[in-house]
Amino acid sequence: MAAAEPVKEQKKWPLRWKKPQFVRWERAQIWLAFWLFFLGIFMLLPLIYIFNHALKPYSELFIFPPNIFVINPTLSNFSELFVVTRDSLVPASRYLFNSVTIAIFATASVVIVSALCAYPLSKHKFPGANALFMVIIVSLMFVPETMQIPRYVVVSSLGIMNTYWAHILPHVAAPVSVFLMKQFMDQVPNELLEAAKIDGAREFTVFLRIVMPICMPAVATTAILQFQGIWGSIETSVLFMTDDAMKTFPYFLQTLTQNLANSVARQGAAAAAGLVMFLPVLFVFLVFQRKVIATMAHSGIK
Amino acid sequence: MSAIDYKTQTIKGSLRTKGRFGLFIQEVWKYRLSYLFIAPFLIAFSIFILVPVLAAIGLSFTFFNGMETPRWIGWANYEYLLSSDSIFLQYALPNTIKFAVIVGPGGYIASFILAWLIAQIPDKARLWYVLAFYAPSLAGGVAMSIIWIPMLSGDRIGYLNSFLLGLNFIDEPKLWVLDKDLIMGSMIAVTLWSSMGIGFLAMLAGILNVDKQLIEAGRLDGIRSRLQEVWHITIPVMKPQMLFAAVMAIVGAFKAGNIGVQLSGQNPTPQYAGNLLVNHVEDYGLIRFEMGYASAVSVVLLIIIFFANRLSWKLFGTKGDE
Repeated sequence: MAAAEPVKEQKKWPLRWKKPQFVRWERAQIWLAFWLFFLGIFMLLPLIYIFNHALKPYSELFIFPPNIFVINPTLSNFSELFVVTRDSLVPASRYLFNSVTIAIFATASVVIVSALCAYPLSKHKFPGANALFMVIIVSLMFVPETMQIPRYVVVSSLGIMNTYWAHILPHVAAPVSVFLMKQFMDQVPNELLEAAKIDGAREFTVFLRIVMPICMPAVATTAILQFQGIWGSIETSVLFMTDDAMKTFPYFLQTLTQNLANSVARQGAAAAAGLVMFLPVLFVFLVFQRKVIATMAHSGIK
Repeated sequence: MSAIDYKTQTIKGSLRTKGRFGLFIQEVWKYRLSYLFIAPFLIAFSIFILVPVLAAIGLSFTFFNGMETPRWIGWANYEYLLSSDSIFLQYALPNTIKFAVIVGPGGYIASFILAWLIAQIPDKARLWYVLAFYAPSLAGGVAMSIIWIPMLSGDRIGYLNSFLLGLNFIDEPKLWVLDKDLIMGSMIAVTLWSSMGIGFLAMLAGILNVDKQLIEAGRLDGIRSRLQEVWHITIPVMKPQMLFAAVMAIVGAFKAGNIGVQLSGQNPTPQYAGNLLVNHVEDYGLIRFEMGYASAVSVVLLIIIFFANRLSWKLFGTKGDE
């Protein structure tokens, strides 16, 4: 009975992390799961709260003692969020549009550019490959936040201030993505590529048809990471945009929450906006999570 | 003379005339497609990482206000920074070191322990645990401060205050993000909360990929406890992931700059208590427009980050030869 179970499950969950190590839970595991469950709830508490806060009507936001859970859920905070900016020149929807556009295009470009770079790094021994990889490893520790001033100088001298280019291009140079992809591609057997080349496949076809499908987990992982970073980034809005209509949603959020610590106004709207910021990232993670898990199982077989 | 002989002779002849450089060029030409593949990244990398770093080093020796051409002033920026800039010496530097030392290694160790614990849970349930611990890191930046502001709100409506008051731990509401003695603690707590990010996932993957046979072999060789197993098998085997996670932890610890400003809603933070080096760079570069000086601060920060990385490389790089 017990031996038959994993086989049955494999069909139900083809994208599983790893082969089950234990058919039944051991006592220690139950205890562990129990305590980790409470720790997990503790970690999630602020998120649980923001869900509820965003749905609270005005009367419930400031009651004493504070109550985490909402009693009469309402969407009024979301409408307030968009009403707040109705009279100003730039509506909140514009910021949201900017953010969505930038996040999609920037994430796509990072993934494509990184994959293109990772492939020869991993599979071709071209002159300078090792040096380039060393450079990438060193620049893993690059912290864009420290280089704001020269980046500002560079972008302004490129003449792309106040354009979408200035939002997207600075994100494209992502050593972390190249590094992750290269490490994943190292696991693709060389024989596979050589066989394809003998069959007459060109370099680009090999990359697109063989390497990329195998490396989908790496693609998914880098996509998650980059989307997460870009979606929440205010750096490009603060540094490279002077035109308000070109700024992004998180930047708008920051202006909305300025002095939120001292005042009680607009807490509901801010919570709603926080939810708008958080949900897409959570959604993207949930969508890609299975892919990540599938690839990780893949890399574990080797 | 056959055609083949003739061909090899001409190749040899051309090699002699071209010499070493010619050989190199030939080799490069052979791989031209590879270079085409890496070109987009290389261009972006040069423009947005390499040039800024070099520009920062160059500008740090100049007086530059963003409008006039930079004027060379030698080491003056560094001399002022390291001798007379009281905000840097009293607040930004000590704060950054304190913040990074707690958030970096602290978050790193917590990530490892949690990753290891989660790896022990059977896999169907594991997914949900991963999500629970990874989710906070998804709420980065502004969203994070919005989530925490009402939690740490200074009046009795603030959740933390209300909770502690209810337990009689404190007598009156504390100003978690506005009091100069408390803001640093709040910043550290919030950042730690969201530090189970990419490094955590990398370590989890590393732990899960440790070969079961290796552990069984270790048991036969006399490994008695799970702790020994972690120390002698798991960590050495997953050293690459450990190093990667360490680098990510360092980056995370030093890039945090806005968290204090966002939590307190004040720039600079109350009495500079939450002022980090990144804030100092912004202060001089974007508010006072002393970009030369701001660049000098950036370079100092870069050097600190570099040495922090060297340390983690020593910890997890050398043991790899064992």
